[in-house]
Amino acid sequence: MNDQLELYRRMHLIRGFEDSVQALFLKGKVHGTTHLYSGQEASAVGVGSVLREGDRVAGTYRGHGHALAIGVDEQALMDELLGRATGVCGGRGGSMNVIDLEHGLIGCFGIVGGSMSAATGAALASKLRGDGGVAVAFFGDGATNQAYFAECLNFARVERLPLVFVCENNLYMEFTPIEDVTAGAIEDRPRALGIHTQVVDGNDLWAVQEGARTAVEVARSGEGPAFLMTMTYRFVGHSRSDPARYRKPGELEAWKLRDPLIIARRRLETEHGVTADALDRVEAEVGARLDEVVERALAAPWPDVALAGEFKE
Amino acid sequence: MNETIEFRDAIRDALDEELARDERVFFFGEDVAGAGGVFAVTGGLRERHGARVFDTPISELALIGAAYGSAVSGLRPVLEIMFGDFLPLVMDGVVNQAAKFWYLSNEQAPVPLVIRSAVGGGGRFGAIHSQMPAAWFQNVPGLKIVAPSTPADAKALLKASIRDDNPVLFLEHKRLYSVKGPVGRDEVLPLGRAHVVRPGSDLTLVAAMRNVGDALEAADALAADGIEVEVVDVRTIRPLDVETILASVGRTNRLLVVDESPRSGGWGAEVLASVAELALDELEEAWRIAAPDHPIPYSPPLEDAFFPSATSIAAEVRARLGVAAR
Repeated sequence: MNDQLELYRRMHLIRGFEDSVQALFLKGKVHGTTHLYSGQEASAVGVGSVLREGDRVAGTYRGHGHALAIGVDEQALMDELLGRATGVCGGRGGSMNVIDLEHGLIGCFGIVGGSMSAATGAALASKLRGDGGVAVAFFGDGATNQAYFAECLNFARVERLPLVFVCENNLYMEFTPIEDVTAGAIEDRPRALGIHTQVVDGNDLWAVQEGARTAVEVARSGEGPAFLMTMTYRFVGHSRSDPARYRKPGELEAWKLRDPLIIARRRLETEHGVTADALDRVEAEVGARLDEVVERALAAPWPDVALAGEFKE
Repeated sequence: MNETIEFRDAIRDALDEELARDERVFFFGEDVAGAGGVFAVTGGLRERHGARVFDTPISELALIGAAYGSAVSGLRPVLEIMFGDFLPLVMDGVVNQAAKFWYLSNEQAPVPLVIRSAVGGGGRFGAIHSQMPAAWFQNVPGLKIVAPSTPADAKALLKASIRDDNPVLFLEHKRLYSVKGPVGRDEVLPLGRAHVVRPGSDLTLVAAMRNVGDALEAADALAADGIEVEVVDVRTIRPLDVETILASVGRTNRLLVVDESPRSGGWGAEVLASVAELALDELEEAWRIAAPDHPIPYSPPLEDAFFPSATSIAAEVRARLGVAAR
C-alpha cells in the first residue's frame, strides 16, 4: 500500500472505529462517556504522518483519533474502551485516559489544557537530552482560554523547546461557540510571542500534512516551538449526552460536504491517480478489520479484581 | 565523618550530590539558579551543574507539566515551588497527571519527580505564605509526602526522594532552614518509615517537621514532672508508617498527635484514625493538638498563639493527664 493510501486507511479506521464505539456504547458495552473524533480525522492523521520514532504525543479526552493516528493498536484501544484486561492500559484508563508509551503517546488528558503541559515536559526532556525528538500537544479551541496555553507558549518559547502546539479548532468549546467566549483571534496569541504560527484547513489531509511538516521542522531545528491551528468540525456531539442542538442551521450539512474522507478520496483519485477500486478495497478492508476487532474485544477477558500496589516499588 | 551544617545547606548538598551522581536529574524553579532561591538554599548549583539548573517564569501550571512530562520521558526532575501556599496552582499536574500515571498506564513507566516547597508558619508571612499543605495532598494515592525535621534527615530523605520512582512532595519547614545539626555524607533514609526520636513509657507523641523540636523540648519539661514521653517523628506523611506508631502506642497506651495544620482534616487526624481503627483497646488516651480552624494571622502575638509550641504542648499534656507542673 502506498503512503497516501495508508493515510486514507488510517482516516477510515478512525471513522469506523468511532462508529463502532458509538454502537457499542448504545449497547452498554462502552461505559461512562466517550468523546468521538468523527469529522476531525485529517487533523491527527496529517500531523501523525510527519512524526518519527522517538517523538512524543499528548492527546486529549477526544483522543481515540490521536492514538490511532500514531499507531496505537486498534484492538488494544477497543479492548481498553470495553474495560478489558487486554486493553492498552489493562482497562485501568478508559476512553479519556489512554497511555501508550511504546507508540509515543504519553497520555490523553481529561482536564482541558493538560496535554500542553505534559508535552512541554516531553519537549524539555528532548532538549536536555539532545535526542532530536519533538513533542506534539493536541488540544481544542476551548483550551486556548486555559492558563496552560499562555504559560506553556511562553515557557516553550523562552526555553526554545522542540514542541508543536496543534490546536484543533472545531468551533465549539463543548456546547458553546468559541467566538462567544474568546477575545481576539486565537492565532494572534502565539504570534505575539514570536512563535511560528500557521492556520490550515483541518479537513484537508494534505493541507494539515504540509503545515505539520513545517511546524515539526521548526521545532526540531532548535528554533523553538511552533503553533498549528487545524480548522475542523466534529460531526457528533461533544460527548455521549450531547445532541448538539446549538449548531447553527445548515452548519453540519455544509461541513459534511467537506468531510475529510470525501476530500481525501477526491484528491487521491484526481491528483494522485488512485483508482476507485483501490479506495473501495481499503474501505472494505477497514470494515472487515473493525468487525473482527469488535468481536474479539467483546470476547476479551475482564481484569483481575486483585488490586495492585499504589507505588512503584 | 559528620559535619554540622544548616538545614538549608543540607538540602543544597543533597541536590548537589544527586545532580552529580545522575545526569538524568535536573533542578528548576523560580529564582533558584541565578539568585540561589528566596530562602538561600540553592546558591552555586547552576555554576556546578550548568544547564541542568535553571530559572523559570512564574508559571506553575507549565512547570508541573514540565516536571511530569519529562519524568515520564525518562528524566528525574526536581521542581521548586517557592511557597507551599502556591501548591494549589500545581494541583492538576500532581493529582490528575503525576500521581495517576503509574496506575492508569498499567505500570508502563515510573514518574520520578520531586516537588520541593517551603511550608509552615511562625515566620510572620501571613495567611497565604505560612500554610501547611500536607493534608491537601494526603488524600492522593500515588503521591509520597516527605517532611524532614533535622538537617541530617533533610539531606538523607531528599536523596531518597530524588532516587524514588514515584512523585514525591518534599516539604521544607521554613522555620527549620537556619537550624544546625550534624549531617552524614552519603546517608540515604528509606521513605515511609517513622523514627522514634526519644524513648518514653507514658505517652506517644507523634509530630513532624518543626513540631518535632517542639515535642522534644516539651518532653524534657514533662520529664521533670515525671511524665516520660516517647517522641515519634513520622518523617513521611504519605505513606504513613502506622506500624511504628502502633508499636509505640503498645508501649505507652497514650497517643498525642501534634500537627500545625488546621484541626479539621489535618494529617494528624489520619494518625488518630489509623490507631483507633487498629488498636482501640490499647488506648487510654488519644487526642491531637493542632492549629485553630481559621486563617493564619499576621500580628506576632496572634500568630504565636495560633501554632502549637513546646510550652502549649507541655501544658496540654499536664492538663490531660492530670499532672501538675513541678
